[in-house]
Amino acid sequence: MVNTAISVSDLSKKYDDRLAVSHINFEVPLGTVCGFVGPNGSGKTTTMRMLLGLITPTTGHGHILGEPIEHPEKYLSRVGAMIEGPAFYPALSGHENLMVLARLGGFPAERVQTLLEKVGLGDRGKSKYKTYSLGMKQRLGIAAALLPEPKLLMLDEPTNGLDPEGIQEVRALLRDLANDGTTVFVSSHLLSELEIISDHIVMLRKGEIVFAGPIEDLMTKQQPIIIAKTLNHADLSHIAEIAEKSGHHAVIRDDAVHISAPIEWAPTLNRAAFDAGITLAQLAPQLPNLEETFFEMTGDK
Amino acid sequence: MLDVIRAELRKLRRPTLFLGTMGAVVFFSGLFSALLYLLIDSPQGNADRGQVISREVLALASGGVQGFANVGGFLGIIALCVFAAQTAQEYTYGTLRNLLVRQPSRMKILLGKLIAMKLFALIMIIFSAIISIGTSVVLAPTVDVSTDLWFSSEGIEFIYTTFLNVTISVVGFGIIGMVLGLLLRSPISGISFGVLWLLIVENLLVAVENSTQSWLPGSQLTIIATGGSADVPYTQALATGGAYVAVGALVASILFLRRDVAN
Repeated sequence: MVNTAISVSDLSKKYDDRLAVSHINFEVPLGTVCGFVGPNGSGKTTTMRMLLGLITPTTGHGHILGEPIEHPEKYLSRVGAMIEGPAFYPALSGHENLMVLARLGGFPAERVQTLLEKVGLGDRGKSKYKTYSLGMKQRLGIAAALLPEPKLLMLDEPTNGLDPEGIQEVRALLRDLANDGTTVFVSSHLLSELEIISDHIVMLRKGEIVFAGPIEDLMTKQQPIIIAKTLNHADLSHIAEIAEKSGHHAVIRDDAVHISAPIEWAPTLNRAAFDAGITLAQLAPQLPNLEETFFEMTGDK
Repeated sequence: MLDVIRAELRKLRRPTLFLGTMGAVVFFSGLFSALLYLLIDSPQGNADRGQVISREVLALASGGVQGFANVGGFLGIIALCVFAAQTAQEYTYGTLRNLLVRQPSRMKILLGKLIAMKLFALIMIIFSAIISIGTSVVLAPTVDVSTDLWFSSEGIEFIYTTFLNVTISVVGFGIIGMVLGLLLRSPISGISFGVLWLLIVENLLVAVENSTQSWLPGSQLTIIATGGSADVPYTQALATGGAYVAVGALVASILFLRRDVAN
């Protein structure tokens, strides 16, 4: 019984002298939403293309739904994908574009209208693709990816061009699909969105894996921060001194001290401040979010 | 395979492409045939490159399909443009990745596309045959050309043979277009290169040195449509033209099967 939707080992792709993807290893468990993150040019799209059989890896192996990536014909009928944005024929309508893909994959024609309705294009299906807004094109791309009723859905930046309402709809759609057992492998620049919907994270930087695993593991690996605000602004430096003396790095930012320390240390700081005659206005332990973690791990900012 | 053909036909039957192409076919087929009769007494000739096709020749059993055979090369250029555009657009629109995700067998995609485009070309040829022969039937009596032999058993055989030759020629041109589309991955580049070569470079070379028409690819395919010429026998044109098409198709197929889809 296969319990991973995607597994790759030592996967690389070299273009001339440039190593776009370098010996990566990761697994995506079945039925999860996995966020695939990394700065532009980190190799996300190249990895997705290798997984879909569009480009041949230079080294390594991979399995999709238990089948080797050298034989995409064995698994692509169960995979939906939208890579590098939607791509359709401008002179055909949204409905006709989906019909081309439905015919090609041998999927029932009735599914086309159902999917158009599902992505909110039910009343614009007969309009030519070239008249669509960026958000509508994106929705059509998602509909195309859903044609095979996929066991694995691979989406590259699916929320590009969508308004906040559209983003929320896509988020709900992906979560629903995952709840129904579909594995979702999704890349996005909207890390706050990925943080909400993802169970797993695969993080790439310059073609190499920085992190791959459950999102909880990633977040708990990060040093928590205690944010302390004092009633008297002049006491901030004193609080920073207390922290430094206890061996915790402290920085004053705006009207607060940011201390890198375990959350359990917060009561100790509270007592030390009280003993020093300092009144704390706020003492808030905080875990860094995915975006902060991403920037810290990829060194992008 | 049938699914691939049906998917491709859906693209080919869009009104702008289908009606536009068929409109051009109808217009030029009518024009080529009409000029045979309207310019029959012109000292500049009434056919390609100033040739004169007399009343006596037009009255033969093969006379009815003379216009149709003459338009064969032009139909070939149209097929080249359509095949090149339909193939290369998958790269420029980025739709090839969608096709390959839904049908990972690249050979099936290629063959399905080819068969669908051949069907499109066949419709084009049928339209052309009807218009060419129809125009000839209407105009022949106006310039005292007898049509008595055109629909005799020999005349009917000429219609079939010419239809077959034009089909071979048009499909040959189309495959060259497909090869150019696959190699250059841009409709504009593929069409420009093909049309420039066939209409300008080859014509110039033949005008400068007539013997080049015995081996230039476009000349071979045009000669096949007319059933052979005074300088190049039909079988030679068929063998040489077929070799060009086969080698081009082989190289392009290998590239298509092996090349990464990275755009």
